[in-house]
Amino acid sequence: MNAEAERRAAWRASLAVGLAVSAYGVSFGALAVASGLDIWQACVLSLVMFSGGSQFALIGVLASGGTAAGPAAIAGATLLGLRNGLYAIRVSPIIGPGWAKRLLAGHLTIDESTAVATAQPTLASQRVGFWATGAIIYVGWNLMTLLGAVLGDLLGDVRQFGLDAAAGAAFLGLVWPRLRALQPVAVAVGSAVVAAVLLPALPQGVPVLLAALVAVVVGVPNLFGRRVAGEEGA
Amino acid sequence: MTIWQIILLASILVLGIKLLGYLVPPRVLEAPTAARTAELTTVALLSALIVVQTIGAGQGIIIDARLPALAVAAGLFALRVPFILVIVAAAATAAGLRALGWG
Repeated sequence: MNAEAERRAAWRASLAVGLAVSAYGVSFGALAVASGLDIWQACVLSLVMFSGGSQFALIGVLASGGTAAGPAAIAGATLLGLRNGLYAIRVSPIIGPGWAKRLLAGHLTIDESTAVATAQPTLASQRVGFWATGAIIYVGWNLMTLLGAVLGDLLGDVRQFGLDAAAGAAFLGLVWPRLRALQPVAVAVGSAVVAAVLLPALPQGVPVLLAALVAVVVGVPNLFGRRVAGEEGA
Repeated sequence: MTIWQIILLASILVLGIKLLGYLVPPRVLEAPTAARTAELTTVALLSALIVVQTIGAGQGIIIDARLPALAVAAGLFALRVPFILVIVAAAATAAGLRALGWG
């Protein structure tokens, strides 16, 4: 493929991923309002936090625990945002130097922009993939959040429309692509059991944080995992 | 804390993590334990959140229309149905069951 064809391929991938992800900003906006946020609070989350998993986690804990669960909600959103830090380390060489450019890239560093960028074959097409995906989702996600929040506000009783059930399905959709090996499946089952057992015993938000420890218990000794070459003694 | 304080603090922390990543030299990712555990933390948190969203009721457990809705969602994800359609189907399942007087 020549350079021009590679850039066009990166654009196509960005558009496909960007439009699909943006569409479900509607469900975030509607669920945020159902969780007790007003329209502006839902929009600020999408504008500033701009990370789907963390946003859903924050409103999920607030929906069940209210502002009393604030610290747990913040901790959950922050822990889910840790992976963005790893993505930033990976795409940093793609972005190149210049602090203003890197600051903007930082805001757009999410699952999808990283995935599209790192799937491209050359540095030039990786740059197109990162910026195009990030920009399309940023604009689309925020517009759809506003639309969803306005609709959710008009709907009123969200249980009647099953919106409370949509939250669990949204989390399932976020975790689904990550369950391709035994290790993540073991962690998913383990943390689900821990959360269910602790749910009646502890204040809202806390069971989710304790369930995250399953990842440390499995991940540090690499239980259920494949040995990677050169990892002996790590 | 007010809801605005929670939103702003959490947003600044999540944004801050992204920006911090650009200050870290890329060779840090060569430590496989850190990268692996961070990825598994995402899986663990999302799985726990599914449980809380599906059977949680304040500090307690309730089985209601959310559970069959989640089962429908799992079946559709397995069939590779697009995300937004699965969400709509899950909500419609719960709404339908409630309209019939259950959950």
